[in-house]
Amino acid sequence: MEPAPQTSGNAGPANRNLAAQDLRDVRAYVQSGTPYVWLTAAAIATSVIVVVALLLLIAARGMPYFWPADVVVAEYRDPAHEPVRVMAELVDSEAVLTARLKSAGLAVDDKQALYDRLLIKVGNRDQYGADFRHLLSDWLVDRTTPDDVLVLERTEWGNFYGVPVAVKQDGAVVASGEGTYAAWQPLQERANGLRDEIGDIEKGRIGAINYQLEQLRLDERRLALDKRTPASDPAAHAELAQRKMALDAAYAVLQEELGKLYDGIRRDALVVKMVTGEEVEIPLEKIIRGYRPNGMNVLQKTGFYFVKLWEFTTDEPREANTEGGIFPAIFGTVLMVLIMSVIVTPFGVVAAVYLREYARQGTMTRIIRIAVNNLAGVPSIVFGMFGLGFFVYAVGGSIDRLFYPEALPAPTFGTPGILWASLTLALLTLPVVIVATEEGLARIPRSLREASLALGATKAETLWRIVLPMASPAMMTGLILAVARAAGEVAPLMLVGVVKLAPTLPLDANIPFLHLERKFMHLGFHIYDVGFQSPNVEAARPLVYATTLLLVGVIVLLNLAAIRIRNRLRERYKALEH
Amino acid sequence: MEDKVMTGVQSKTSLGHALDIEGMSRNRDGAVGDEPIALEVQGLNLYYAEKQALRDISLTIPQKKVTAFIGPSGCGKSTLLRCFNRMNDLIDGCRTEGAIRLYGRNIYDADVDAAQLRRRIGMVFQKPNPFPKSIYENVAYGLRLAGISKKRLLDETVEWALKGAALWEEVKDRLEDSALGLSGGQQQRLVIARAIAIQPEVILLDEPCSALDPIATLKIEELMNELKANYTIVIVTHNMQQAARVSDYTAFMYLGDMVEYGDTDQIFTKPAKKQTEDYITGRYG
Repeated sequence: MEPAPQTSGNAGPANRNLAAQDLRDVRAYVQSGTPYVWLTAAAIATSVIVVVALLLLIAARGMPYFWPADVVVAEYRDPAHEPVRVMAELVDSEAVLTARLKSAGLAVDDKQALYDRLLIKVGNRDQYGADFRHLLSDWLVDRTTPDDVLVLERTEWGNFYGVPVAVKQDGAVVASGEGTYAAWQPLQERANGLRDEIGDIEKGRIGAINYQLEQLRLDERRLALDKRTPASDPAAHAELAQRKMALDAAYAVLQEELGKLYDGIRRDALVVKMVTGEEVEIPLEKIIRGYRPNGMNVLQKTGFYFVKLWEFTTDEPREANTEGGIFPAIFGTVLMVLIMSVIVTPFGVVAAVYLREYARQGTMTRIIRIAVNNLAGVPSIVFGMFGLGFFVYAVGGSIDRLFYPEALPAPTFGTPGILWASLTLALLTLPVVIVATEEGLARIPRSLREASLALGATKAETLWRIVLPMASPAMMTGLILAVARAAGEVAPLMLVGVVKLAPTLPLDANIPFLHLERKFMHLGFHIYDVGFQSPNVEAARPLVYATTLLLVGVIVLLNLAAIRIRNRLRERYKALEH
Repeated sequence: MEDKVMTGVQSKTSLGHALDIEGMSRNRDGAVGDEPIALEVQGLNLYYAEKQALRDISLTIPQKKVTAFIGPSGCGKSTLLRCFNRMNDLIDGCRTEGAIRLYGRNIYDADVDAAQLRRRIGMVFQKPNPFPKSIYENVAYGLRLAGISKKRLLDETVEWALKGAALWEEVKDRLEDSALGLSGGQQQRLVIARAIAIQPEVILLDEPCSALDPIATLKIEELMNELKANYTIVIVTHNMQQAARVSDYTAFMYLGDMVEYGDTDQIFTKPAKKQTEDYITGRYG
């Protein structure tokens, strides 16, 4: 009787003891806090990995765009068709199921499960109709990369791929065969110089004259509105007529100069043989630059890469934003953020100072605080609608009626523009600045305020000399958050001032230099436009990534600048640790 | 006795000069006989919202002497001190009744500007609270507020104030350095220099040594002895030895009441009240 329960009882409690021991261990482990450390560390690690992966992806997709890839010359042997010669850049490749290709009508072999499909850029859009093609890798044979293949970047119709055969000057061949490339280069440099001159005249000087003519037209209209007819106020009209004559004369001179330049630039042409054997004559006027990627070594390619990158950040866009640079978009983004900062900082700080320092803390201030915080949660498009309805139509419309009646019915400020975009974003980011500043004000030790007051300072003096300088790092924190949010915002901007292509920058040499009523380009909107509104999807895709990377870069730069200022202020107004 | 105080006060019409009230003797709430009076508190009641923090306080503070307020925590000694330069005005719901007269003029009169008053009654706080500015700018702060902007005058006054606070020798080579780099004791002397730079008539010290080590405390105490030649000093302390060492007169407060006020020697050797004796001998507090 006795030994049996003992043995069976031995196993039970022992197990139970072990289980209890385990439970205790687990509890001790949980209580030690180690799991929470791991949990929090995992959370931060995940965030970092996601951010880094995002940037890497964007960089990997965007950056190769500027690299001069080799141009392959090969024969494409589609069993169902005659073999054709192809000259193209290999852009991308993907594995595709045979069944899919078969259903697309290709004569593929059923035994092979997958085919590599290439995306190639053949260029010559004016000749072929499309500059991208999909080909099966297996059928593209006899691949070579001859050194004499020339890639031409053109002002329209995209790139041209071919072999140069002759250079023509005034219709007569001046060089052909081996020496063509060498003979063409100085002529192209001349043409590029002429194009720059033409651009200077058209955009700069004629642009300025047009601007002044428009001002003149408005002046005339103003006279008419003031009921000052030529009979009643001959002096004013004579002055206007004189100004108009001077401008017309200047314009005629420029026009003539321009005519000569155009004649000059149209003089030469390059004859290029396509891979199909056809020869195409391309005027140098239409060529921006040409290069032979197959003959370039890594160093030359790297140099070319940076030239292209530079062009991308400093040039204006071409061909529906799918070629050229994005400088106006960078400029517009930065300028808009700066104007917004100038507006939102004083406004937000003043509001926070009143809320924290002067207003009696009670139900009313609590309601205002809740309202301010909720303002931060309102979808940005709502701010866009408000900006359009209030700023653009109401405020802008009133400004037009009061100050620009001569321009009506064409609106001056009563239309979306950079000022309204900046104001809308200032409103959008106002809560951030108010909250950050309030927190900064609340953190100023009471003892320092009392020290100032005890020395005979009034409340305003204390605020101005002690509290606000010490709270300035907090204001900068608010501004940093505001800038980060504003620079990335796109939706409201579409309603209040952003356009796909702005003919002029909001800042130029015409008085008053800063034209707040003008529309502007923005990197965020540019991404949307190139990515979704572009007629040439394949050409635009890498640009979308490159522009995205640049937008991130611009935001990082703006933030870094603000953070630097804040750290300097922090160092300066380091508070006592009370 | 109170009648005498009233007549004395009524005879005083202008600010700025000491008033001799002859014939006053020590009484229940304290006062001093033959000293010129700087501050005079009369029937002072103070309420934080509904809670009464000071109850019918009356006392006179003699000119160019050190007067100490002692008492257990929460007895109202700091509150009373902060009444002298109207720092309590800054607290929401704080209400005062009664009068405090600086050389005869009630500082709670409607036409008295608190900022102006605070220039005449300086204050040093419990914890050193220099501004996050340079040593020089800390001392010059009050001067700049007063509208002094001449570089030479500022330089001279800053040097004079730092010397007066026995800090000049230690900081004269680094006036442009941040004041936050000074030690606690140096910071407290800097704050005193900042207070005397604008040449107040009265200096209020609210437990000025409670955050300092013994050596720094000793320096401040020595400084107080020197300063009383020119300034009326009122100090709040919960260190009874300190009160005995530095003060000429001592007031003992308990739960918002002024229990006993008189000559320091007399308070510490033969207190008139049982409560005072209990506190001084350490039976509570």
